[in-house]
Amino acid sequence: MKLPLSWLKDYMNIDGIEPSEYMHKMTMSGSIVEGIENAASEFKNVVVGKILKIEKHPDADKLVVCQVDVGEDAPIQIVTGAKNVFEGAVVPVAKHKSTLPGGVKITKGKLRGVESFGMMCSTDELGISEERATGILILPDDTPVGEDIVKVLGLDENIAEFEITSNRPDCMSIIGLARETAATFNRPFKVHTPVVKENSENAADYASVEIKNTDLCSRYVGRVVKNVKIAPSPEWMQRRLKACGIRAINNVVDITNYIMLEYGQPMHAYDLDHVEGRKIIVRNAEDNEKLETLDDQPRTLNSSMIVIADEKRAIGVAGVMGGANSEVCDATTTVLFESATFNAAAVRKGAKALGMRTDASALFEKGLDTENCLNAINRACELMNELGAGEVVGGVIDEYPNKKRAKVLPFEPEKMNKFLGMEISEADMIEMLARLEFQVDGGHIHIPTFRADIEGMADIAEEVARIYGYEKIPTTLMRGEMVAGGKTPLQKLEDTVRTELSESGLYEIITYSFIDPKENAMVRIPADDSRNNFVRITNPLGEENSVMRTDMTSSVMKILRTNYTRRNPQAAVFEIGTVFTPVEGEPLPDETKTIAVGMYGEYDFYDVKGIVENLLDTVGIHDYEFTACRDNPTFHGGRCASVSAKGKNLGIIGQIHPAVCTNFKIDAEVFAAFIDFEVIAELFDMSKHYKPLPKFPAVTRDIAVTVNKDVEVGEIVKIIKAQKSGIIEDYKLFDIYEGIQVGHGKKSVAFSITFRGSDKTLADDDVNPVTDKILKELEEKLGAQLR
Amino acid sequence: MKEKLAKIKSMAEEALGSAKTLDTLEELRVKFLGKKGELTAVMKGMGALSPEERPKIGQLANEVRDFIGTALDEQKEKLLAAAEEQRIKDETIDVTIPGNRPKKGGKHPLTSVLDDLKDIFIGMGFSIVDGPEVELDYYNFEALNIPKDHPARDTQDTFYINDNVVLRTQTSPVQVRTMEKQKPPIRIISPGRVYRSDAVDATHSPVFHQVEGLVIDKGITMADLKGTLELFAKKLYGENTRLRFRPHHFPFTEPSAEVDISCFNCGGEGCRICKGEGWIEILGCGMVHPKVLKNCGIDPDVYSGFAFGIGLERVTQFRYDVTDMRLYYENDVRFLSQF
Repeated sequence: MKLPLSWLKDYMNIDGIEPSEYMHKMTMSGSIVEGIENAASEFKNVVVGKILKIEKHPDADKLVVCQVDVGEDAPIQIVTGAKNVFEGAVVPVAKHKSTLPGGVKITKGKLRGVESFGMMCSTDELGISEERATGILILPDDTPVGEDIVKVLGLDENIAEFEITSNRPDCMSIIGLARETAATFNRPFKVHTPVVKENSENAADYASVEIKNTDLCSRYVGRVVKNVKIAPSPEWMQRRLKACGIRAINNVVDITNYIMLEYGQPMHAYDLDHVEGRKIIVRNAEDNEKLETLDDQPRTLNSSMIVIADEKRAIGVAGVMGGANSEVCDATTTVLFESATFNAAAVRKGAKALGMRTDASALFEKGLDTENCLNAINRACELMNELGAGEVVGGVIDEYPNKKRAKVLPFEPEKMNKFLGMEISEADMIEMLARLEFQVDGGHIHIPTFRADIEGMADIAEEVARIYGYEKIPTTLMRGEMVAGGKTPLQKLEDTVRTELSESGLYEIITYSFIDPKENAMVRIPADDSRNNFVRITNPLGEENSVMRTDMTSSVMKILRTNYTRRNPQAAVFEIGTVFTPVEGEPLPDETKTIAVGMYGEYDFYDVKGIVENLLDTVGIHDYEFTACRDNPTFHGGRCASVSAKGKNLGIIGQIHPAVCTNFKIDAEVFAAFIDFEVIAELFDMSKHYKPLPKFPAVTRDIAVTVNKDVEVGEIVKIIKAQKSGIIEDYKLFDIYEGIQVGHGKKSVAFSITFRGSDKTLADDDVNPVTDKILKELEEKLGAQLR
Repeated sequence: MKEKLAKIKSMAEEALGSAKTLDTLEELRVKFLGKKGELTAVMKGMGALSPEERPKIGQLANEVRDFIGTALDEQKEKLLAAAEEQRIKDETIDVTIPGNRPKKGGKHPLTSVLDDLKDIFIGMGFSIVDGPEVELDYYNFEALNIPKDHPARDTQDTFYINDNVVLRTQTSPVQVRTMEKQKPPIRIISPGRVYRSDAVDATHSPVFHQVEGLVIDKGITMADLKGTLELFAKKLYGENTRLRFRPHHFPFTEPSAEVDISCFNCGGEGCRICKGEGWIEILGCGMVHPKVLKNCGIDPDVYSGFAFGIGLERVTQFRYDVTDMRLYYENDVRFLSQF
């Protein structure tokens, strides 16, 4: 919403209020000023000049050479191609080294060999008209020569740009903003009541109004003006419209727009001679009803929209835009003004469906005050009087099926002070509220009809607080019951996982949780997999972000791709990401978390495995097991393992299948792990118990055995682990060797086993039987030979 | 004999002084002090002396022996010290060669900043509550006083799953769920992902993060809201931080405010970061709307409370001077490794 500050003078005194102060104070009282602009700052060295003499250009038929008096000692010479110049014309002149709006700089130069010391300007060059003008702006003869053009054209205008919140449609008007200004600066505020000179006829004899559906229109006020003379509106009105960003059209249309700005009440003017039966009908549109709107676009309506119709056809989309068939034009002689209140939701939906959000619909959809209609239309008629644009017919057509009653709420100053944490006196509250036209009467407060947003004590408290000043509210700390805050065990677990993985050399990533449904195929999830059942977004930004992910693989792969294509030599990342699984019969999907790890560069399978092992140990899951997994299509069949503990599947780790890497344009081995956070959350045990440090020394024995190549080390470990001797403290794989020395198809595996007694120093007699037993079992079960 | 002893002493002194190795020293020790050494030989000959001479010579021999012993020790010390010095010299390394670093990873900058925010609020007695990202329209909008045709829905470009299910546009639904389940006093923050259908650019992302807070109790005032947020801002941005509350409108709070902090970079003078204004907007807040309390089964005549919402990306932007939001979601390791 734009507000030329000078317009405020119609309702209050603004002397001595500097723009910067205005901006600050209004913002602090709740009317957000985004900025104040002044077109004058765009002008430099542009003055009024008078053309003294015009001569032909010696070398160009289309140019003339003018001597122009710009109030200096001697006239200056300007070459122009404009057709409308004449000797004696008073014109705007941009002199040598001048600036025009849009940052245009003018300097002296030569046109076809003749020197020119500036430029005479048209309206568009001066930035006061959007359209390309046909000639130089000719100013009135008595305009003082040499005067600054900014002063002459009244361009030295501060225009404030407001951001109006959706609860305050009353502030989408000059009067509303003036009221806020007066309340903020505590100055008297007065809106003049329009006085209409009308003839003795009765408007009801000219036109009638019928509201078919009173839910859609709670008031319709019409007035008739006859003997209309369509003409341009006066310069002062055009200037105000322009300052607010509205193009001038003609006196009647300009008046409706002027009223919309001033009163925040959209209006429309119909050519009454084109209203069939001279009857206005407010009704639902019919499905597929056609109407050509004022912008010459054919529109197809539906029954949720409101139309203004005459006896035969639609003549406007109510609250959005009028129809071309009843448009006011140069030939119009009788005008019907409309000032009505339409249903906010219906206008909003209709405007959205038609894709035509207009200034009017933006107002209506916030819910307007029915009590504003009559003043607005009277003001329009008053302006018709003032402009001599027509003869106002007596009487007002006013269909007002649901008369609005002013709201009355209890006035509770004590409660408000308690709520705000302040001590404002009752008298001060009453005074501040009165500035906003809230009237306190005993224990009650009368809410002005234009404040539909006020519904209770909290709303009134806000009015008091913002006028009083939020900055004057003290700062206190909460009292009352102690509350123990903190994180839940699961939140702490998540923190632990994050810390552990960060310390393992991985960088945490954060990825979008919606993906392209094709990504599941890219990571080779089979077509019949339940993960292809997605939560779908009905209005996605694009197909690539259209479903909620059911799997983390592609999220990680995309990030690795980004890093790979940017030639980062390595990347190792993780995310604790949410996946979304639709649940039959439930409105909301299951949201579960997966710990996803991915890396390329100087890594191999055992790096990712080591990271997962460390993670599991950290969260107190010790008895985990890795089992070769050959059939997961996302992974390399020979380098993949599923992880389990306590009979539960924890997830999967391994090398990503080369075909998947190709799909993501990564020409490197990628290793990944996907661990189900929910299972971790079930199994984790972060309790720690101290074990006494050993009193007796340990004994270490190395055993190296030869086994067939396909025997997994895990099977050897199982046998060592299964020993019930009670003296095996630890075991470590320290060598795997394949080569001629152990024979073809064989490998040597060497373990270092640590033994320790809890009550004595172990002797060979204690240890040997255990190692013998291990070797025997290895031989029996795995065919292992001691090396 | 006297002469002999004096000769031994001077010989030993000279030999020891020029001994270069520990082995030579040992040889000298044997030579002079050993069982078959020169001094022992002299001592053996003492029996032939007169009783008057014997103690004198004996004393002299002892002196010589002590002298040689001490000289041996001293020389040994010297040699050892020299050897150690030599070894240290030999072991000298180039300390400017880069160190062997363990592979490093790290938390995402958004997580690091979120951790800080959580710590501050936990310190004030807040709990952390999580909730679903795919949310019922009711919790995301209606319970928060934003009915179906409310104009505020236009400004929050919502992703819809269907008419009744949305991707949450704020984490406030978590607050509603909490109020439904838990009786006051309530003091929570709900951090998390939120979604709005904004095309990606330097300042917009369809996925971003909010940290919303909620306090409900008897007698909670707007002054408490100001006090709590002031404490928060001072802890996050430093003791000298000032807050500015500007009236604003949110459907779920009344009164509502937007909060600016004095620019942490220039202290309010105006600079590049605050765009010359001296203030930086960091959050929105207000007193919980009585209708919202009622919707959640809390009696607004008994309880009151406040709520606030902080944009995590924004706070992080100011912490690390990150000017392009896309960086957070591209996850280039060269970016991630800077935090």
